[in-house]
Amino acid sequence: MSRERLLNGALLLALILIPAWALYADEPFTITLATRAVIFALAAVGLNIALGLGGLVSLGHAVFFGIGGYAMGILASHAQSYTPLIEWPFVIEGTKSMPVIWLVAIVASSGAALLIGLLSLRTSGVYFIMITLAFGQMMYFFAISWPAYGGEDGLSIYVRNGFPGLNTLDPIQFYGLCLALLCLVLAVNARLMRSPFGLALDAARQVPERVRAVGLDPRRLQLVALVISGAITGLAGALFADLNRFVSPTMLSWQMSGEIMVFVIIGGVARLFGPVAGAGIYVLLEHLLGGVSEYWQIFLGLVLLIVVLFGKGGVVGMIGGRRRDG
Amino acid sequence: MSPILLVEQVLNGLQSGVMLFLMAAGLTLIFGVMGLINLAHGSLYMIGAFAAAAVAGATGSFALALVAALAAAAAAGALIELLVIRRLYARDHLDQVLATFALILILSEGTRWLFGSFPLYLNMPDALSGTVTLPGGIVYPVYRLALIAVGIAVALGLWWLNTRTRLGIQIRAGENDRQMIAALGVDISRLYTLVFAIGAALAGLAGALVGAIQSVQVGMGEPVLILAFVVIVIGGIGSIKGALIGALLVGLTDTLGGVLLPELFKLFTDPASAAATGSAFASMAIYVLMASVLIWRPTGLFGARP
Repeated sequence: MSRERLLNGALLLALILIPAWALYADEPFTITLATRAVIFALAAVGLNIALGLGGLVSLGHAVFFGIGGYAMGILASHAQSYTPLIEWPFVIEGTKSMPVIWLVAIVASSGAALLIGLLSLRTSGVYFIMITLAFGQMMYFFAISWPAYGGEDGLSIYVRNGFPGLNTLDPIQFYGLCLALLCLVLAVNARLMRSPFGLALDAARQVPERVRAVGLDPRRLQLVALVISGAITGLAGALFADLNRFVSPTMLSWQMSGEIMVFVIIGGVARLFGPVAGAGIYVLLEHLLGGVSEYWQIFLGLVLLIVVLFGKGGVVGMIGGRRRDG
Repeated sequence: MSPILLVEQVLNGLQSGVMLFLMAAGLTLIFGVMGLINLAHGSLYMIGAFAAAAVAGATGSFALALVAALAAAAAAGALIELLVIRRLYARDHLDQVLATFALILILSEGTRWLFGSFPLYLNMPDALSGTVTLPGGIVYPVYRLALIAVGIAVALGLWWLNTRTRLGIQIRAGENDRQMIAALGVDISRLYTLVFAIGAALAGLAGALVGAIQSVQVGMGEPVLILAFVVIVIGGIGSIKGALIGALLVGLTDTLGGVLLPELFKLFTDPASAAATGSAFASMAIYVLMASVLIWRPTGLFGARP
């Protein structure tokens, strides 16, 4: 068993033991923090597919995160005010059911990823970074100036949405739900990395010419990766909005995109559990340093700078050793 | 809509366009010469504005405030280049994005720590605070006309620097072949620091000039930074001419879209919802412009063809 596998196992164990301890010690706030970390991890797992596997430096993943959030906000707000979403040509009602909201979030965010990908994948390198950033900003300003769903103030939901057979108002049950989704997505991600598609995508990142020479279209592989990536981050957005029972344009802001990228980088790019480690460390730093100083982001900036300049491979890279394929 | 209002809005669009040009010119120069994508350029804009507001508050002189903005932004730029940025030239874009994102966090929170969260105000000089009547009876603020003049002067100055001076020759040579000019005895790392400081000074100047018509606060730089990215994506990365054309296009589209789109929607719906829908779509207009340019020319209007 490699060191990276041991580390992954330890991380998974921590995700089970910490909330279990919190439940035993009656510390619901710790459970909320852990839920936050798990949801951030899910968003970052999504970005890691585009960034780590596909080599697409997207600085606009907040778009998908925010669309997921608004999918939950819009559906739930219609359900709580008993007004239909649209009345013509057929009536669509809002809903308070999580599975339906998740499905809508996934469909909407992957649709957005498809559109953004079709346009932005015409370019590459630094153009791609700037364009994804610009599309993110476009959605952000649209959400601010569109008054129907709260505009700048955002949307509040009174009661967390429901999941059949569970009481989602109980923090530990909602945590379990989020953790189950994270594990499911990690399993899909692990499978994806070893699948023919994953291998082709990895190759398209390293030597696109050779991929083209064997008859595959690198653009198309990257587009599919971006869509999968957007769908996962969108799902995380819906969960995040449900955690806070609130969605606002902040979820669409470029800082959010930057933060999701920071989770991936601190943890380790293209590592299966990199995003999990990164999101965990971020939430921990936020909690510990945020208590010490109002200006804790200065320290976050310094940590990030050190990781980027001197620590290649993030935390998983430093502890778990080099990636076998490099 | 009256023609006078339209001309006023065109002037407003030009004004915001030339200020965007000051930002975009520095970004595109730094990318062209060093191949670096600098997210912290917006922080340099903010530093210029804060330095100007602090000096104007202490001395009451707008001219001194502008000098302070230029000096502070250039010094901050040179310092950042020496400490962090020069380690990034050989790295990939992802590392550059992250390291400069980290710089934004440090510089923004550092400024908040020094100056507090409340916005500062920078008053425009008395000589420029009135209005002037243009031919056709258009009453327009003098200060905004002065901004347009400064923008044009900077564009001309950059053109002169780039084509008529020794430094310009070195900059253009640096864009094409950095090994060769290093071999010819040009101190390339000093050239890089200098180019970065020039770009920073332009951003700081823009921050100070715009600071006098808006409030000076932490986080003021990033929206402008992203608009400047849109500008250089449209103009083509590395091209100063492209930055100028792109900046004017973005400035005009943004300003005119904000006025014309609500008018357009009034033809279809009632005024209140037309204003809301119109302004929501107007906020997206420049990105639609960018997307259209990209479909037509993926490397921008004046970018190098791959």
